[in-house]
Amino acid sequence: MKYRSVFDIIGPVMIGPSSSHTAGAARIGRVARSLFGREPKWANISFYGSFAQTYKGHGTDVAIIGGLLDFDTDDQRIIQAIEIAKERGIKLTFIEEEAITDHPNTARVIIGDHNGELELVGVSIGGGKIEITELNGFKLKLSGNHPAILVVHNDRFGAIASVANTLAKYEINIGHMEVARKDVGKMALMTIEVDQNIDDQLINELEQLPSILKVTKIVD
Amino acid sequence: MFRNVAELVELAVSQHKKISEIMIEQEVSITGRSKEEVIAQMDRNLMVMEEAVERGIKGVTSHSGLTGGDAVLLQKYIEKGSFLTGETILDAVSKAVATNEVNAAMGTICATPTAGSAGVVPGTLFAVKKKLNPTREEMISFLFTAGAFGFVVANNASISGAAGGCQAEVGSAAGMAAAAIVEMAGGTPQQCAEAMAITLKNMLGLVCDPVAGLVEVPCVKRNAMGAANAMVAADMALAGITSRIPCDEVIDAMYKIGQSMPTALKETAQGGLAATPTGRQLAAKIFGMPLKEK
Repeated sequence: MKYRSVFDIIGPVMIGPSSSHTAGAARIGRVARSLFGREPKWANISFYGSFAQTYKGHGTDVAIIGGLLDFDTDDQRIIQAIEIAKERGIKLTFIEEEAITDHPNTARVIIGDHNGELELVGVSIGGGKIEITELNGFKLKLSGNHPAILVVHNDRFGAIASVANTLAKYEINIGHMEVARKDVGKMALMTIEVDQNIDDQLINELEQLPSILKVTKIVD
Repeated sequence: MFRNVAELVELAVSQHKKISEIMIEQEVSITGRSKEEVIAQMDRNLMVMEEAVERGIKGVTSHSGLTGGDAVLLQKYIEKGSFLTGETILDAVSKAVATNEVNAAMGTICATPTAGSAGVVPGTLFAVKKKLNPTREEMISFLFTAGAFGFVVANNASISGAAGGCQAEVGSAAGMAAAAIVEMAGGTPQQCAEAMAITLKNMLGLVCDPVAGLVEVPCVKRNAMGAANAMVAADMALAGITSRIPCDEVIDAMYKIGQSMPTALKETAQGGLAATPTGRQLAAKIFGMPLKEK
């Protein structure tokens, strides 16, 4: 089931005018920000489908930048997000794409600074709910509704088991897990949605494990 | 966990509970949060709805200038007392409009189930409140009942205008509201389902064609009529009228209609009212762009 909570339906509390094109866009931006871990210096945003046709009217551009600035859906500062980003020296580019995507409300967000870059595809499925469908070239499915751990690792036997064992040691329950890889034996990505909050000690311990390259957490 | 309206009604009937209670219990079991926490969060959402209506009936105007002030006009008209329909229904319409005018003005609202359709549920709730004098707890229950029906629609069809047209947004909102009104008025769980079915049947096929891509024209007035539709359907269900087509099948029909709807009529601002001469002129004026002929 795509929608789990009654508050997906009666909610979110948000700045208007559109739950999919404003609140959902803000959430996509915020997940990108959370994964990047810091404020980016530049952002290239591509809009597809209905997003491309109506983003100006719905404030989708403003909202997604609000998310990149770490504003929640009900944060009044969203309205001024583009001005705030420009004041902070963030370079913004918006592209209206013509390609047809699986869902009409799709955005591709590429953000970065001198230390790195992140590329993410987010879909706003309705009522403010979103899914992340691609991260740095990996296909995945992330609802953004739960705390989640993203683990970049080498595609070797035992890597998944060692991560699962460590989570068990911290008494963390896995609600949903997916593994994607670019090719056999190459780089792979584990997406783990969990029920409990994740502390930094766990993240550090996961990063020490063999075959594990990078661990990021997304807090709900 | 209920997957459709039939299961939801069955759970309520077999356990002698209200739909709202079933929804609260499911939320507690899925999220692991306490019943008190869940109810407190809904209470906060209710407060946001109250603030939005209060702001809207005092009068707001959107940035584009396309919408605003209609909730005020209707409140004044009600006060004069010369209306043709009824006070409760007009009050519901006025408060639905108030919420959506605030939404269009980038104000704070609670999506029910979406922002574009955020007027219907609170509009009907606050109008029915005057008539039925519910407790705070009963008002919160109203939102859980609406949420339960919306939950089924969201998981079995869609609540996105871009995916299913306006029938998926205002249609869903009106159905949710109708069901919640019936429960508050003392109707049975089955009557809630009938009210939802009757409402949604009359919203089928409604396209999403916002002028200039803004959630204003015709969204605000569609919320008005969604509220009116919900009120009438609730009265019909309470009178004992049933839907020949079961609620779940109506929801399924809505989903299939949404899938076969052309993209131009699904929140792309390319068809319907958005593509009328006036719709295109307004879009050109707002964005300062030359008029494109299609």
